[in-house]
Amino acid sequence: MKRSLLITCCCLITSSLLAQIDPELLRRIPVKNDSLQMNMDAVYNRPFLQVGKLPVAIGGYAEANYQYLSENGVSEGHQFQMRRVTLFLSSSISRRIKFLTELEFEDGTKEINIEFASVDVEFAPLFNFRGGIVMNPIGSFNQNHDGPKWEFVDRPISATQLLPATWSNVGFGLYGKKFTTDWVYGYEVYLTNGFDDKIIANTENRTSLPASKENKERFEESFNGSPLLTGKFAVRHRKVGEVGLSYMGGVYNKFKEDGIVLDKKRRVDVVAVDFNSTLPVLKTFINGEWSWTFVDLPDNYTEQFGSKQRGGFIDIVQPIVRKRIFDWDNAVINIALRAEYADYNVGKFKQTGGNIYDHVAAIVPAISFRPTAQMVFRANYRHEWHRDLLGNPATRVAGFQIGISTYF
Amino acid sequence: MVYISKKGIVTGSIIAIISLLIACEKLMPKAPADDSILDGPVEGLTPEQSVQFLRGDVAFNDEVFTPETGLGPLFVATSCGTCHAGDGKGHPFTTLTRFGQTDSTGNKFLDAGGPQLQHRAIYNYQPEQIPAGATFSKFMPPANTGLGFLDAVTDADLLALADPQDLNGDGISGKPNWITIPDYLAIRANAAIQNGKYIGRFGKKAAAYDLLHQTVNAYNQDMGIASAYEPYDTYNHQEVDPEVSNQTVIDVVVYLKTLKAPIQRTPGNPDVQAGKKLFTQIGCAKCHIPEMKTGASSINALSNKTFAPYTDLLLHDMGTGLDDGYTEGTATTAEWRTPPLWGLGLSRNSQGGQYFLLHDGRAKSIEEAILLHGGEAHQSKDHFQQLSAADKARLIKFLESL
Repeated sequence: MKRSLLITCCCLITSSLLAQIDPELLRRIPVKNDSLQMNMDAVYNRPFLQVGKLPVAIGGYAEANYQYLSENGVSEGHQFQMRRVTLFLSSSISRRIKFLTELEFEDGTKEINIEFASVDVEFAPLFNFRGGIVMNPIGSFNQNHDGPKWEFVDRPISATQLLPATWSNVGFGLYGKKFTTDWVYGYEVYLTNGFDDKIIANTENRTSLPASKENKERFEESFNGSPLLTGKFAVRHRKVGEVGLSYMGGVYNKFKEDGIVLDKKRRVDVVAVDFNSTLPVLKTFINGEWSWTFVDLPDNYTEQFGSKQRGGFIDIVQPIVRKRIFDWDNAVINIALRAEYADYNVGKFKQTGGNIYDHVAAIVPAISFRPTAQMVFRANYRHEWHRDLLGNPATRVAGFQIGISTYF
Repeated sequence: MVYISKKGIVTGSIIAIISLLIACEKLMPKAPADDSILDGPVEGLTPEQSVQFLRGDVAFNDEVFTPETGLGPLFVATSCGTCHAGDGKGHPFTTLTRFGQTDSTGNKFLDAGGPQLQHRAIYNYQPEQIPAGATFSKFMPPANTGLGFLDAVTDADLLALADPQDLNGDGISGKPNWITIPDYLAIRANAAIQNGKYIGRFGKKAAAYDLLHQTVNAYNQDMGIASAYEPYDTYNHQEVDPEVSNQTVIDVVVYLKTLKAPIQRTPGNPDVQAGKKLFTQIGCAKCHIPEMKTGASSINALSNKTFAPYTDLLLHDMGTGLDDGYTEGTATTAEWRTPPLWGLGLSRNSQGGQYFLLHDGRAKSIEEAILLHGGEAHQSKDHFQQLSAADKARLIKFLESL
């Protein structure tokens, strides 16, 4: 699979090079940056490059960084990392029918994923069909996760370790948007393949929704034949901002095999709220999300695996310079701050009645330089506090991260 | 919006980078002081031993078993580190329950899952329950530190500390737990033997012969992991293929053997020194021996060392209050191995900020643990109760410094 993807991508890249296309024919499709855009539009609202009048557009982004982190005084030293390269390919099959795919290569080629590969059929503004590998619209980060959009090297812990971004599955669903003078409403609802029992049987030693991402067979078959429902409703006021409410839920265990009942149906349910807003005058951008996860655990399972999780993040980004810098028109320097928290196990020990901890909190001040809106140089100082299940003195992780991320 | 010139931006960036480099170390978390943590290797390991220590560290603290890698189907915990956070004492959440043996004639409930209760199970399996009629006892996971020193004490030295008939008439009659050992264990050089049995020295009842014995049992009984040493599944008692390699087991044994001994904090504090004198005066040091020495060890760093464990590794009758009706080896139901007191003051850092002391964690403070002493320790407890409040505080301060 990895090999065929690599060959495909190489072919795409080399064929475009060999063709020696006249740069004049390359047309950059501008990113829409108006008040009608919502998180649900992020998947198509990316800078694409189109060759002449061909109905195919390509794009992508890359992220690389340097980091020096230390855990309780012990450091792995200086690290240079190629976090990910992502390729987009979109095509207008016909009027109102389009296809988009997103291939992601993480940590070199350690992980290769098809994050998105779906056909969209537009019937009416409020009634559009999407099918294939779709991005489950839980929270906002999962929908809007492209590296160049963020001032921080790391993705939010709560969005990646609780929800788990980026999370996509094979399935079908509907989406739509409606506009009024000041308001924009949007929804998405999909039925897809879902989680498996790895969420409570994994090497993380805790309830972990991301552990299900390791099951590559989910693109081929459902673990238990039970669909995962994901739905989101979002509303944006053109001058105030966007609020989204999303839900994702389904059965995660194999409750029946060959017609024999093995267990009762055990559900995982997730609720998330997200918001973003740009304050007037100072143009301060605020973006955040919070989620709650509920997992029905077997009674005799270890309490190390939590039946409730919660967490979220808030990013505050303040532009401090916006002007022509080094011949880049409209370059921007931002200062930013992220506060994040993830509690992997909300509850109390049966034996003592004391709190179960197992949580992480982090604060990340940052400074970024954007020569253009599609590219960011960013420097972060990250400080994390990890408390184990029992609530013993926190392990502290801190360090510097300097990175670059750009669409191409 | 602030407007800065290009020159200002370049200068500002350079200053910021230089400041960042200077501030770099200050903004990094500091390593905790050696005497504030229990983990870390003994000094003087060879490079090969250090590499093996690191391998064992990963296997012990990071390796988590899942159903795919052999967990269970019945288990107590999913990894070694679950029960020994920071290599310290455990928490009631990870307490073990043993059942089924009331005297030295052996366990009558082996067919019913004894001697250890696996009270957790992977999904679609039912965990064990204590069978009707079986007595049981709860065991808190012990701290791991300094185990190599305890392992390297000679049998002769332990026997020299024993006084099973209380010939000196001091009310203290420590005795070894003579146990039958499995075939896979290598017998110590100059091992003492009595009726085909050997001296156990690890575990609440001293029922484990050495760290290999303890480790193999823990893999099998705590996590349901079969090894070539103990190839039986705890669920169906059938022989199965090993789920952990011999190399990993040995690495873990070496890791446990080479963990450093806890370092006493504030030994020069006058109250700590006064507390230490009181500790001896009221008789605590008769069982909690302050100083021992190792014999020859295959690990040079452990050979012929003097150390301060505050234990004699022997069994003592602790009275009816601590008699749970369950035993192992030749220990009676009221007999418990003297637990080492080193690292006592750091216990809370691995127990979620609270003490859970004695064999089952029932004591929530050092004072409560002392007051629950009975049997052979009755006199020492009485003497403690007669101390002034200031002297009690000094004694506890000393114990917390260990």
